[in-house]
Amino acid sequence: MTLALIAALPFLGALLPGLLIRAGRNACAAVTGSVTLLALVLLAMQAPAVLRGEVVTTRIEWLPSLGLNANFMLDGLGLLFAGLILGIGLLIILYARFYLAKSDPMGVFYTYLMLFQGAMVGIVLSDNILLLLIFWELTSLSSFLLIGYWKHLPEGRQGARMALAVTGGGGLALIAGMLILGNIAGSYDLSVILTQKEAIQASDWYLPALILILLGCFAKSAQFPFHFWLPHAMAAPTPVSAYLHSATMVKAGIFLMARLWPVLAGTPEWFWIVTTAGLITMVLGAKIAFFKDDLKALLAFSTVSHLGLITMLLGMGTAKAATVAVFHIINHATFKAALFMSAGIVDHEAHTRDLKRLGGLRHLMPVTFTIAGIAALSMAGIPPFNGFLSKELMLEEAAHTALGPAWLLPVLATVGALFSVAYSFRFLSHAFLGPKRDDYPHMPHDPGFGLWAAPGFLALLVVLIGVMPMTTAAWLVDVAAGAVTGAPVEVEIKHWHGLYAPALWMSLAAVGGGLAMLGAFVALRAMWDATPRPEAKAIFDGIIEPLAALARAVTQALHNGSLTRAVAIGTVAITAAGLWAFAGGAYSAGTRAMLPLSPVAVIGWGLLMVAVAGVVLVHRNRLMSLILIGIIGLIISLGFAWLSAPDLALTQITVEVVTVVFMLLALNFLPKETPRESTAFRRGRDALIAIGAGAGIGGLAYAIMTRDFAFPSISAYHLAQSKPGAGGTNAVNTIIVDFRGYDTFGEIIVLGIAALLIYALVEALLKPGSANDRLLAMPVRADIAGDRHPLLMVMATRFLLPVAMMIGVFLYFRGHNLPGGGFVAGLVFAIATVMQYMASGLGWTEARQRIEYHALIAAGVLVAAAAGVGSWLFGSPFLSSSYTYVNLWPLEQFELATAAIFDLGVFLCVLGAVLLALNSLSRMARRAGETVSADPYSVDRPEGGK
Amino acid sequence: MEALIAIAIGSLTAAGIYLMLRLRTFPVIIGLTMLSYAVNVFIFAAGRLVPGLPAIISPDAAGYTDPLPQALVLTAIVISFGMTAVIVLMALGAWLEAGHDKVDMDDADQEASK
Repeated sequence: MTLALIAALPFLGALLPGLLIRAGRNACAAVTGSVTLLALVLLAMQAPAVLRGEVVTTRIEWLPSLGLNANFMLDGLGLLFAGLILGIGLLIILYARFYLAKSDPMGVFYTYLMLFQGAMVGIVLSDNILLLLIFWELTSLSSFLLIGYWKHLPEGRQGARMALAVTGGGGLALIAGMLILGNIAGSYDLSVILTQKEAIQASDWYLPALILILLGCFAKSAQFPFHFWLPHAMAAPTPVSAYLHSATMVKAGIFLMARLWPVLAGTPEWFWIVTTAGLITMVLGAKIAFFKDDLKALLAFSTVSHLGLITMLLGMGTAKAATVAVFHIINHATFKAALFMSAGIVDHEAHTRDLKRLGGLRHLMPVTFTIAGIAALSMAGIPPFNGFLSKELMLEEAAHTALGPAWLLPVLATVGALFSVAYSFRFLSHAFLGPKRDDYPHMPHDPGFGLWAAPGFLALLVVLIGVMPMTTAAWLVDVAAGAVTGAPVEVEIKHWHGLYAPALWMSLAAVGGGLAMLGAFVALRAMWDATPRPEAKAIFDGIIEPLAALARAVTQALHNGSLTRAVAIGTVAITAAGLWAFAGGAYSAGTRAMLPLSPVAVIGWGLLMVAVAGVVLVHRNRLMSLILIGIIGLIISLGFAWLSAPDLALTQITVEVVTVVFMLLALNFLPKETPRESTAFRRGRDALIAIGAGAGIGGLAYAIMTRDFAFPSISAYHLAQSKPGAGGTNAVNTIIVDFRGYDTFGEIIVLGIAALLIYALVEALLKPGSANDRLLAMPVRADIAGDRHPLLMVMATRFLLPVAMMIGVFLYFRGHNLPGGGFVAGLVFAIATVMQYMASGLGWTEARQRIEYHALIAAGVLVAAAAGVGSWLFGSPFLSSSYTYVNLWPLEQFELATAAIFDLGVFLCVLGAVLLALNSLSRMARRAGETVSADPYSVDRPEGGK
Repeated sequence: MEALIAIAIGSLTAAGIYLMLRLRTFPVIIGLTMLSYAVNVFIFAAGRLVPGLPAIISPDAAGYTDPLPQALVLTAIVISFGMTAVIVLMALGAWLEAGHDKVDMDDADQEASK
């Protein structure tokens, strides 16, 4: 369970910041940090087992029939990445607490950050590749939110969109690739896939799967030609850049390549694609980084370059190169996160990140300079820092790998290292060295401890790993590289490889060349500015814009804001699809025996047809059409009764009453006539569309009814189990409250939401505004009503109230065994109350209404939920019902079922929802000037009253 | 009898769609109500028509009606009330806010929504 908990903790933690931000920014940051810390501690508790070489697993069946299970595993690679994600995540939370301005909504930031953290941890702990894909997409979504966190900046929004389009698009390719991979291996579990190397590499589908998976990885890890999105994502706040774009998200692609390394690597295809892409990215990124003036842009391209370096090492396909890649992942995460945070500090203090406006900060910000200096020297590969160690090992590997001509790869790797030295030193010298200036946008000084603690800690790691690699890092590299290569690894990291090691000379050339480049910066810069080069963003926009325009055009053509047009297009499309399907099949007449015509039924049918035709003909007279609707509903409920469906008949007739009353109340405010607007042509066209659809539906219904079931219906099961399984003889009711109780639970919630929505709409309409003005200006038309509360009706409804309620209770209790149940009972109660509204007036009834309708809805949902949760106490799944028989003198033996409690919830919810909806309309009526007598009705008044 | 029911379903559908293609809110709502009737009866009819059978399980029953479509339609009837009530209120709100009850955006509205 622990692994699932580690992955779930950040998601749970994402709920807290929003709640805690009211308690202050410190509390919010502390709680968010402690959730991450807890996850880190849980991870550390698993570490000893992993370091012994074990693989910790947690297996939870989710959708086993699809091969989708919540299986988690933790091996060395997972431990390394989860440790990086949670550890650096903790530092970022600390850093962000002091970095974000007062005006930035911090709770939102931490929520996004935790969502992202959870998704990342999920990726690296997943054992099931389908689960991994879900987390993968979640990182794309949550990073979209983080990059666009400063919503007011257009760059932020554009950068977020671009990142989502590129990484999300790559994600789609990845899904396809992973599905192919799973199909070849015969399982979606990584632990199985990783044992299938021969089968996978021998398969015809190996190359498509490889290309699709690499597309996903390259897009995520900003490898050429997808490298362009990463610099644009730098519009994000610096904590985000430091977290997502140095340590974690961009490493997700690297992680996946390392994860699948045992089964995908080692083939010529893998070697050529991955090594080439990595090499190009490394050199290209490093070159561009050198010429960037924005500190974060420089770091962004340098990240691109270093990711290319790691990719190239993974591409070489040898265990040694993969080990170096793992080591460099650790080193890069430490120094690059520290550098981003330092850049953020400079930006925070000097109010600019432009290298042309900086310089001389060494004197003003000694602490920041020290941290940035250590990290930048490490990035340049200068001893004794950790970047030097992995770069030496990388050059050593490059020297022994041939990509085409034997000299090509070593030379290009050296060129990459040379640029790397150049931009690292440029970062340092142009920002921190040189004379102090007097034209900073804001006079900088070192920040408080809170802001530099996190990068300071990382700089300390840079030094420790650099000086004592064997004690501080080698053990972690061993288990992680062992997990990547699938064989035990014992790495030996040395500072000195001897005079005959090619890496030494390549390194020296890189440092010398890099310094020379920096010296010639002004001349090189002029050359760079003079050469035309493709602008990635322009190309990207050039591809995206026409697509967006096309999408807009299609949407506009289909849905231009005209409801009638959308309905017409939809109806015609559905009818055409039905016709097309019908024309393609062989139709033969049904064989089921038809019912004989019964005279009464034919009369009812005739009435229905007259009413339907009447609605169409007189629909402009709204009151008349409403009356006709009532007739239609009545006949339909009679039809249900005749066709052996008493439950439906009861529900239909009660709903009909409530609906007509509701629409009558609404019609009170609306115009009573619909003007004739459409042309004769248009009416003809509409009639044609409508008749076509009606003929289709009618024909389909006829075809169904004249045939027997094509497959045995599951109804037989419900009928057979109704009594022994659910303890009721009314199969319809047992389906609603028992077999399909979960659906019903959802439905009463929907009904409750609908009622609350109506309440909220009325609230909004009654606020000062044009709607309220119109209501107030509505003429009170007392003349129509005549006697507003006829004495006979008042007395009759008051007499009927208890009777109606008794009927409701009766229907509720017998529902399980005989027609009735919570739905109908709720409606009967509602009608009984509505009668009081109509007869005695709104005020009189409301004054006597003790229970809030909102509370009724809430009680209904809670009671139903309690009935469902109650079954947990007996160790059964949610909403399993049980029943027992009770003998209670002097009653007959009767049965008590937990389903009855659930049905009570249904009853309360229906009652509350219907009454809240009607009551909302009555509130509008009162605003419109409907006079209200809250006093007792005149007949109740004592003699001589007012 | 099946033919009559099928004709009724078809007519309710046709009338419902015709009214939904009108230009004012109230006929559209009436049309939607009629379409709901049609759909409910359609689903019910998918259980095939059987008059005169008991709905209640008892040892001496000759056979039963299909309870499944009935259960589906029962909840659908209640939900369609909720839906109708919401759109009635929306129509009312639109009428009070805008001063007209047209369902289509005119050109000025479309410009404003861009």
